[in-house]
Amino acid sequence: MAVIVAEHISKSYNDVPALTDISFAIENGELFGLIGPDGAGKSTLFRILTTLLLADNGQGYVAGHHIVDEYKEIRKKVGYMPGRFSLYQDLSVEENLSFFATIFGTTIKENYNLVRDIYVQLEPFKDRPAGKLSGGMKQKLALCCALIHKPEVLFLDEPTTGVDAVSRVEFWDMLKKLKEKGIAILVSTPYMDEATRCDRIGLIQKGKILSIDSPQRMITNFNKPLFAIRTRKIYQTLNVLRRADFTHSALPFGECIHLTTTQPLVASKIKEYVVDNGITVEDVLPVKATVEDVFLDLSKTLETQS
Amino acid sequence: MTPETIIQVENLTKRFGQFTAVDAISFEVKKGEIFGFLGANGAGKTTAIKMLIGLSRPTTGSGKVAGFDIGKQAEQIKKNIGYMSQKFSLYNDLTVAQNIRFFGGIYGLSTKKIKEKIRVILTELDLQSVAKKPVAALPLGWKQRLAFAVSMVHEPEIVFMDEPTGGVDPSVRRQFWENIYQAAAKGRTVFVTTHYMDEAEYCDRVSIMVDGKIEALDTPNNLKNQFNATSMDEVFLKLAR
Repeated sequence: MAVIVAEHISKSYNDVPALTDISFAIENGELFGLIGPDGAGKSTLFRILTTLLLADNGQGYVAGHHIVDEYKEIRKKVGYMPGRFSLYQDLSVEENLSFFATIFGTTIKENYNLVRDIYVQLEPFKDRPAGKLSGGMKQKLALCCALIHKPEVLFLDEPTTGVDAVSRVEFWDMLKKLKEKGIAILVSTPYMDEATRCDRIGLIQKGKILSIDSPQRMITNFNKPLFAIRTRKIYQTLNVLRRADFTHSALPFGECIHLTTTQPLVASKIKEYVVDNGITVEDVLPVKATVEDVFLDLSKTLETQS
Repeated sequence: MTPETIIQVENLTKRFGQFTAVDAISFEVKKGEIFGFLGANGAGKTTAIKMLIGLSRPTTGSGKVAGFDIGKQAEQIKKNIGYMSQKFSLYNDLTVAQNIRFFGGIYGLSTKKIKEKIRVILTELDLQSVAKKPVAALPLGWKQRLAFAVSMVHEPEIVFMDEPTGGVDPSVRRQFWENIYQAAAKGRTVFVTTHYMDEAEYCDRVSIMVDGKIEALDTPNNLKNQFNATSMDEVFLKLAR
């Protein structure tokens, strides 16, 4: 059964479209990632689905309730972790958790089993004011507070932004465990490398969904020849490649350049071409796409259309 | 310090009371390098950078940045480096041209030089059409490139960048890295701090700080081999966990 449903949702702020015709359905116990850069519309969509903002058009259902007509029911059943740290900075770790439990008419004790794995890491600091925690610890506390009333659905808006790599991995491990407890999770992130931790992802840019699928299928369906080119002269090589008639796109990609071509080619031909232009190339290899390659390709298509 | 070295520090240490934030770090950065300075939150990155850019004095240890002593010539360092923070140090209500003029003035450029700089930056970044618009009206990616250009308005040999591209659109981020490569291809050194490991892959060499110490320093490729990892993310996790 779908626990989060969006049907043709649109929203504008003073004529500037923030969301355009967004539709998707998230199943029970699914970990769904909404992946897109700052300004893509992720937070607006979260606020509409958590009943904090009205859409201009379209319908939505969360945990079986309509997002406008039955907003009070939804608020009892969802846990929401906003993008900005929203706990009480001057209350201690324990006071914050106790506060959120009380608001929802429950106690820490009653639902402790749900937060135990996360809260044990915070327990040594339970008397510390929340404002004095490290970034990773703040995120863990915010997650505990969003969970303490045993929600059916969890909305996490960029929980890993500004958090270091170690804490990010730990955070995703925790989400996996929560999902196994049957909680549906909608999580947003600007980091493409986190996509593979989700069951399905929706790529979003400029208020539009570019694609929805499992990360694996998205990668398999990428249908352009893709090569990684390693060279010390990245800037010069990019310029040379962009003049080649076989190039669809050439972009810096970490240590390499990722090149998509308009026709199937052998790697040695590409190497020859660059070397003929006077640049030393270490190697050229055909590679498998990542979610970021997919995103770049789809957003390029979106730009050419508009 | 050879003419090819732009940063050289030895046993640089900063203590706050009993707490050692930066613990005897030593390293060199060559001219024209893109150097990534990585570390988890709280590893001591910010404290180390403050010493490198002349905002904080080391407790012990020594070093030179752009030819000046970080203990004794902090003011000289500030004049001879560029700095760009993630918050874009631009004034939103000033126009594009006014921002360039303002920062040119701060760095003591002549009126003639400032005029020339405005012309060059507007042309290179293709911003002539928006020169008289307030910076607030620009898309994020343009602001970022303008902030980068403005940080180099006084033509420093080295630019420090504090988490330049977090949260940005992947295609905008790539345009930005192309600007960085372009600056490096002209011989300028770029010193980047970030805790996004995928960003580290763009650097010529990276150092990784853990608990105040530099625990690894090499090219991303060598580090991946050394730690038997497929990505810098994995290298970092093996070191910091």
